[in-house]
Amino acid sequence: MEALLRARIAFVFLVTATLVIGACAQQAKPGTSGSPAASLAGGEKPTPGGTLTFVVNAEPPSFDGHRETTFALLHPIAPHYSLLYKFDPNDLTKVIPDVADGNPTVSADKMTVTIKLRQDVKFHDGTQMTSEDVKATYDKIITPNTAAGQSSPRAGAYAVVSAVNAPDKFTIEFKLKYPSASFLTNLASPWNFIYSAAKLKADPRWYEKNIMGTGPFTYVSNTKGQDWVGKKNPDYFGKDKDGTKLPYLDGYKALIITDATAGVNAIRSKQAMIEFRGFTPQQRDDLSRALPNDLAIQEAPWICVNYVVPNTKVKPFDDVRVRQALSLAIDRYAGGEALSKTTIVKDVGGLMRPKGPFAMSDADLAKIRGFGKDAAAAKAEAKKLLADAGVPNLSFKFLNRNITTPYEPVAVFLIDQWKQVGITATHDVKETSPYQADLRAGNFQVALDFNCDFLDEPDLQLAKFWSASKAGKGLNFAYYDDDKLDGMIDAQSRQTDPAQRVKLVGDIERYAMDEKAYQYPVLWWYRIIPYLKIVRGWQIGSNHYTNQDLTTVWLAKS
Amino acid sequence: MRRYVVGRLLLMIPTLVGVAVLTFVVMRLVPGDIVALRYAGSSVPQDVIDRERALLGLDKPLWTQFVDWMTQLAHLDFGQSLWTGHAVIDEVWTRLPLSLELAVIATLFAVAFALPLGVIAAVKQDTWADYAIRIFSVGGLAMPSFWIGIMLVLGTITFFGWAPPLVFTPITEDPIANLSQLILPAVSVGYRYSAVSMRMTRSTLLEVLREDYVRTARAKGLRETLVVVRHALRNALLPVVTVISLEFAFLIGGLVVTEQVFNLNGIGKLLVDAVTHRDYPLIQALVLLLASVFVIVNFIVDLIYVFLDPRIRYS
Amino acid sequence: MTERATALESEAEALARRRYFESTPRKRFVRFWREFITRRPLGAFGLVLVLAMILAALLADRIAPYDPTAISFKDLLAPPSPEHLLGTDNFGRDVFSRLLFGARTALLVGFTASIVGCTLGLILGIVGAYFGGRVDQIIQRLMDVLLSFPLIVIAIAVVAALGTGEDKIANVIAAITVPIIPRVSRVVRSSALSVVQMPYIEATRAVGARAMRIMFRHIAPNVFAPYLIMMTAFLGQAILLEASLSFLGLGVFEPTPSWGLMLRGAGMQFLERAPWLAIAPGVAISLAVFGFNLFGDSLRDALDPRLRTA
Repeated sequence: MEALLRARIAFVFLVTATLVIGACAQQAKPGTSGSPAASLAGGEKPTPGGTLTFVVNAEPPSFDGHRETTFALLHPIAPHYSLLYKFDPNDLTKVIPDVADGNPTVSADKMTVTIKLRQDVKFHDGTQMTSEDVKATYDKIITPNTAAGQSSPRAGAYAVVSAVNAPDKFTIEFKLKYPSASFLTNLASPWNFIYSAAKLKADPRWYEKNIMGTGPFTYVSNTKGQDWVGKKNPDYFGKDKDGTKLPYLDGYKALIITDATAGVNAIRSKQAMIEFRGFTPQQRDDLSRALPNDLAIQEAPWICVNYVVPNTKVKPFDDVRVRQALSLAIDRYAGGEALSKTTIVKDVGGLMRPKGPFAMSDADLAKIRGFGKDAAAAKAEAKKLLADAGVPNLSFKFLNRNITTPYEPVAVFLIDQWKQVGITATHDVKETSPYQADLRAGNFQVALDFNCDFLDEPDLQLAKFWSASKAGKGLNFAYYDDDKLDGMIDAQSRQTDPAQRVKLVGDIERYAMDEKAYQYPVLWWYRIIPYLKIVRGWQIGSNHYTNQDLTTVWLAKS
Repeated sequence: MRRYVVGRLLLMIPTLVGVAVLTFVVMRLVPGDIVALRYAGSSVPQDVIDRERALLGLDKPLWTQFVDWMTQLAHLDFGQSLWTGHAVIDEVWTRLPLSLELAVIATLFAVAFALPLGVIAAVKQDTWADYAIRIFSVGGLAMPSFWIGIMLVLGTITFFGWAPPLVFTPITEDPIANLSQLILPAVSVGYRYSAVSMRMTRSTLLEVLREDYVRTARAKGLRETLVVVRHALRNALLPVVTVISLEFAFLIGGLVVTEQVFNLNGIGKLLVDAVTHRDYPLIQALVLLLASVFVIVNFIVDLIYVFLDPRIRYS
Repeated sequence: MTERATALESEAEALARRRYFESTPRKRFVRFWREFITRRPLGAFGLVLVLAMILAALLADRIAPYDPTAISFKDLLAPPSPEHLLGTDNFGRDVFSRLLFGARTALLVGFTASIVGCTLGLILGIVGAYFGGRVDQIIQRLMDVLLSFPLIVIAIAVVAALGTGEDKIANVIAAITVPIIPRVSRVVRSSALSVVQMPYIEATRAVGARAMRIMFRHIAPNVFAPYLIMMTAFLGQAILLEASLSFLGLGVFEPTPSWGLMLRGAGMQFLERAPWLAIAPGVAISLAVFGFNLFGDSLRDALDPRLRTA
């Protein structure tokens, strides 16, 4: 996130009618099957009532969205809160106001952003939400009171902010150190729940164990390790376009089910209706065979990807030829085709999500080593490079975490590909915690890493590429330092013209993945959501973080 | 006798202290900590991680942490979970009813099968009935219980479109919902459990049937059933009770995989999660709890021996 | 706990004495096995299963039709056919070949864990029984600690501390070995206690034999029966435990062929689409453990009908 420190872009993407954050927020139209997409767009009139049950496959640590980084917090807890802006549940390429009243106004020097707030927003305890609350919220996110034990892992994304002011009861004002476009996107961050200033004042860590927001659902109960229950907030400010009060649902129940097969069984036995993160193709097929008349499926490319990360501080991975050979050996197209039948990876792409707004063209991508279509030639080149580098029989330990989907199949695929060019990679599998410790300590030779973001945004997806001893500290596990690359990343961040920016990002991809081959993606993930088709009003996006407040979700009478 | 009881009670102390020390040491030797896991997979700067670590007291020297923990324990304070921040006692208390109940149902199930089958196998030793029962029981030992569980779930869901409820309902609230959640897991662990008990019943009964007093009873012309049930089985029960009790103690925290397969919110799953999270206070409390259960059950079994078997004398 | 063994002690004593004055070892050996096979059909059946498994493991590279780790994208999840007797998995790898090589992993884990665990248990048990007093007390308390320590925590701790992965089967073995030790040492100790008190041991001691010699020359052979019986019993348990650990993601790892691993990943996920993926290793595990248990039971009956193991 420190990448965003460098983001200094003028506000050119600011559109007045709706806040469309230019190319940043554009997403590929989700692929759909069944009828859900049609029912979202309109036509059917939503019927209020009913309780949505859904599966969450992990348990959140604390309840504080500002503090945590796991989706397992967002799925059960996001419906209790509002944000300043959010992604439009009916069109995920758009950003719409949530508790903001309309779009931000930006001063002429682009250093002050002023946002009017709705005056009809009430907390669940009945108090009115004012600019004090929003100020307290953003103060906590941007400048956490660490002495009082507050923590904000995403603070770096807001380093551009010099002050948050509340000039009057319903106006909030952000003073910036320099103009930035990423900043506006970050106001729609799904983590930035609006908290009550009074609660925060009484106890800076109150929100870690308690829930009290302005969102569409109020907190009912939480049984540790089992479920999370919320019910409709009758005082919620939101209305749909017909003027019907939101949310439609009477309530929801999140079931915490860690075992994947048990999660599928929950939907199959209709004890749960949906799981918002994603299933494997196999699980989708099992479900659609078992529930042919009750199931709908939505699918979309996912902003998640696995990286092969050679530790450039360790011989022979300091040699660019070795790193290139490792990438060349991977026949990504064949792998994508085969693995997409059995696990959640699919598309071949560079550093930006394939089919996304920043994706390279197929022709450009094919010119990068390891991404070409001629697998045999690539493998021959890999062998030659290894021989030139003096390591024709390279062998190393391949660090991975002990998660089945999709780490295990991806690793098995890689190990087999490498074997074909004479490389012996030994699968070194660790629990997530020691795996993370090894990554952070640089205690590995080659690792399988991954990255997931809530937005197609080069500043986010390139964060891992900053020099390891500078902005990339704790993020760049390839451990190289490269001022030229830092300069390139910085430049794209300043570039305001979308087409130009795409080009600059392309240059970075060529440099980082091919010329220097520091670290490179294996295959991009593919999100598959099979669910009971009585669930309406929810649309898949390219990530599993946003669009989880459930305001527009409703249940059809079966 | 009193000396024996007091002595046995006192012996528990070094064992439990040993367990406590071992847990502490072992868990700190294991690499990785809760903060690394908490922020796994997201680009979080190092200083946030370091601060979080300090906040949880993980940066303190080990001996300080140990002394702190021991002092807390002395005040019967088990501390807070590092993961959720909630009291360890609450975390455990939420899961305990389910685990206890499952253990009880599995035990009932096991005993209901083990005793009659074990007796038949012993009485009809080396006949087809004996062989069939033995094969059945060895099968229980051979099949992983989680595997049986998976097959049961797959079977019911494929043929009936039904899966056990996913949320625990206390038996006092709704016995049917409660039992329909726990019956399949109880069967899948109960099979192994009953196999173990059945084998013990058979072998001890065989032993007892060769004893003089049984021969005497038979010689007196008593009916065979009476001989077996009245005279032999009663004396053969002791080792069976032992096996059953120890299995019971094991079931409380040992159903790690089964709880996962059936998505049961029990102690076994909590323990695995705690270890995966490196949630030290929770692990330490759970291990102590399970070790205490084990030690106490052992103690009770020994007492039963003293009361029931006049042949055993303790000094 | 040990007190409970009193009933066993006189028996063990008699048995030990009988064995001590037995005829030539060779004759005894032949007679034993002849009787074993003719009188114990279940045991013989178990033995056949065990031998079949050992053969499969030894000859895996001769009889396996394919390389167990070779990926073939052409036949993903192919059902059983003449080319692939047990079908292929989600990487197009031949399940039958993986099963054969998996027998190696299972036997390696099973044998090593049970032999090492039982032997350490044997040594601790004998040492405790022989020296008695403080030494015995300390060993007993240590064993109590290990015994009351939840299995899964030991396993996770060992595996996490030492790591897992293809080249780390030894760590999985260590995780499975540790819990075996206290269980064996307890039984061995109670058998050894009765031997220690026998006159001939006293005599040997009086003659001035060294402790080591007495313990391992004179006592060990007399507690060999329980040792052997426990070893066969724990062999099966070790194989099961490896399957459970692998299922939890704490055991052997891909692409190593292992039965537990075959159950975990692919086996679970493709249960419906490709049931052979889960059935084959499930049956293999069950048959192997079944065989070891049947064999172990009969061995127990034959060697020492009075020794209880459940």
